[in-house]
Amino acid sequence: METIIPSLLGGLVEALEPFNLTMLIIGCVIGLFVGAMPGLGSVNGVAILLPVTFIVPPETAIIFLAAVYYGAMYGGAVSSITLGIPGASTAVATVFDGRPMAQSGKADQALMTAAVASFVGGTISVVLFTLFALPLASFALRFGPAEEFALMLLAFATFVGLGGDDIPKTIFSIAIGLVLATIGLDIISGRPRLIFFDITGFYAGINFLILAIGIYGIGEMLWTLEQTKGDVQVHKVRAGLHSIKEHVGRLKEYLVPASFSGFLGFFVGILPAAGATPGSLMAYGLTKAFSKDPESFGKGNIRGVAAPESANNSASTGSMLPMITLGIPGSPTTAILLGGMIIWGLRPGPLLFTEHPEFVWGLIGSLYVANLFTLIANIVLIPVFARVLTLRFTILAPVIFILCIVGGYAPTQTMHDVWLMLLFGVVGYLLRKLDYPVAPAVLAIVLGPLAERSLRQSLLSSQGDPLIFVERPISAFFMACAVLLFAYPFFVKWSRKRKATAAGTTEWQG
Amino acid sequence: MTVRMAEFTAAFLLALGSIGLMWKSTDGLSIGWIPGNGPGSGFWPFWLSLIMLLSSLTTLYRAWAGKTPQSRSNEPFIDRETFQIVGVTVAALFFLLLGTSYIGLYLSLIAFLFFYLRILGGHSWLLTIALMIGIPVFIFMFFEILMTVPLPKGISEPLFYPIYDLMY
Repeated sequence: METIIPSLLGGLVEALEPFNLTMLIIGCVIGLFVGAMPGLGSVNGVAILLPVTFIVPPETAIIFLAAVYYGAMYGGAVSSITLGIPGASTAVATVFDGRPMAQSGKADQALMTAAVASFVGGTISVVLFTLFALPLASFALRFGPAEEFALMLLAFATFVGLGGDDIPKTIFSIAIGLVLATIGLDIISGRPRLIFFDITGFYAGINFLILAIGIYGIGEMLWTLEQTKGDVQVHKVRAGLHSIKEHVGRLKEYLVPASFSGFLGFFVGILPAAGATPGSLMAYGLTKAFSKDPESFGKGNIRGVAAPESANNSASTGSMLPMITLGIPGSPTTAILLGGMIIWGLRPGPLLFTEHPEFVWGLIGSLYVANLFTLIANIVLIPVFARVLTLRFTILAPVIFILCIVGGYAPTQTMHDVWLMLLFGVVGYLLRKLDYPVAPAVLAIVLGPLAERSLRQSLLSSQGDPLIFVERPISAFFMACAVLLFAYPFFVKWSRKRKATAAGTTEWQG
Repeated sequence: MTVRMAEFTAAFLLALGSIGLMWKSTDGLSIGWIPGNGPGSGFWPFWLSLIMLLSSLTTLYRAWAGKTPQSRSNEPFIDRETFQIVGVTVAALFFLLLGTSYIGLYLSLIAFLFFYLRILGGHSWLLTIALMIGIPVFIFMFFEILMTVPLPKGISEPLFYPIYDLMY
């Protein structure tokens, strides 16, 4: 504790430096708008904006991107409520009660609930983050390459075990991400690998940003264009000082479920495959199950807005915990942040706390500031959002496409990468239509080089003996968890089948 | 093409691609276990491509057995309306990139914005022209001046000489 408080204060001071604070405010506001746009969420915003942060020092860049991440989590609720379309998948559960509230003329109250609940969830998770980060990082200092590899295997196993997508397609997505990461010169032997058709562009490898912007920028926009072909129906929002006054009286209705959801979201957010979307759905489900009037949910219950919004904010902070302390991202957005850290020349993992304390504590401090600032900005900007959301998609789409293309060109300055990005975007869009999950591939291309290196380093140190992974206790524990997670869906299927045969019915669902 | 057909085609193509990756991984690299040393440089991509192949084959089998929701759907994979907006967008992006390689980014951007806003989106001339000028100017200021990243200009490079003279 005695080391946390001075470090945290130092971090807060750093976050409040004029330049950092300006970037933080810009980040929050951009994040709010990105989140509010239907179809665009934190991952899209961070992927598209990462290339523009290369001009500022890493401490400022991470503060800016974390603010975008944060703002997007707040903003997601705006289109869920006013348009009835989730601003991002993380705000799906907010539609259930946010939309009915807007239809009954309570859009202002729903938006404020979302903002305040996000603040509650954000605050709880930032405090938990501060408390857990240092102990977890000191524990992780004991990790060698074997533990690192086992931990990454565990991260991928969570997608198979808990991702909920088609399992062969999930495994395919993980494997292709890992293979794409091997293109280029092998770091250990120095040999060129997978240079297709002898195109020299492949010698430099495939930058993870190309895949991330391709999928989350171009692919996502194509997807959204398909979804929103028709015009969107915006609900009028009447907001003023009187709505704030009215809202203060309603706070006590949802503070308890919002706090509970904040805790839940944080722990769900830590898991790589889970994150903000399932976290918010779980929070909604549990709040409904434990309420006195579950039948009023889905008809405009204020707690149905508060619970998922608190949880998705808190999960986004939760997913940063493994990224900072272990070097394993807890969500696709943090996977991109992690990739950014590598580009900025930092080595993610427990050593970050000792080698770059100003980076870590600046980030943590900025989360406190961003949380408060986004709350204020969100409430002040409610009338502006209502206007912006009436913009037609044919204006937003070309602007995003242009940002993607220029952003994809900037890091390496070759057209080769931009063409690849378009290819990834189109292929990603088509595969997504067939329910291939894309997040595992993005996580895999970021972790791929680290995973392969830790695998080969551990085997070099054991003279090629693979038993090293089970002989070391921590690594053995992670390996066991990974195996259990891989086996979990098969177990569920098996037990369901047994129940079904016992009941004398046939099981059709695969 | 129906969703069912698309599911088959995708799994088949991905399986073929995986075989291609496996073959490419053996290209002058050791895919095996070097005794006392651990895996060779082709080990990781080769065996992962094999996993890709196996998972695609599983998807093919599951599609054949009707176990994936896609393999039971006879809806069109891309309906007419989707094709009109998504297909046209992809084509526009293709020409934007093609144009960028030859006549440079800025001229291509202007053409792309004109097409997207005016022809596809049917927006007013005022908005179209404002964005056709505003966006390239913003991109130039932000990327070329602030970030000092020269963006591709192709044969339109001489047009920028007067601006370079002003800058440096």
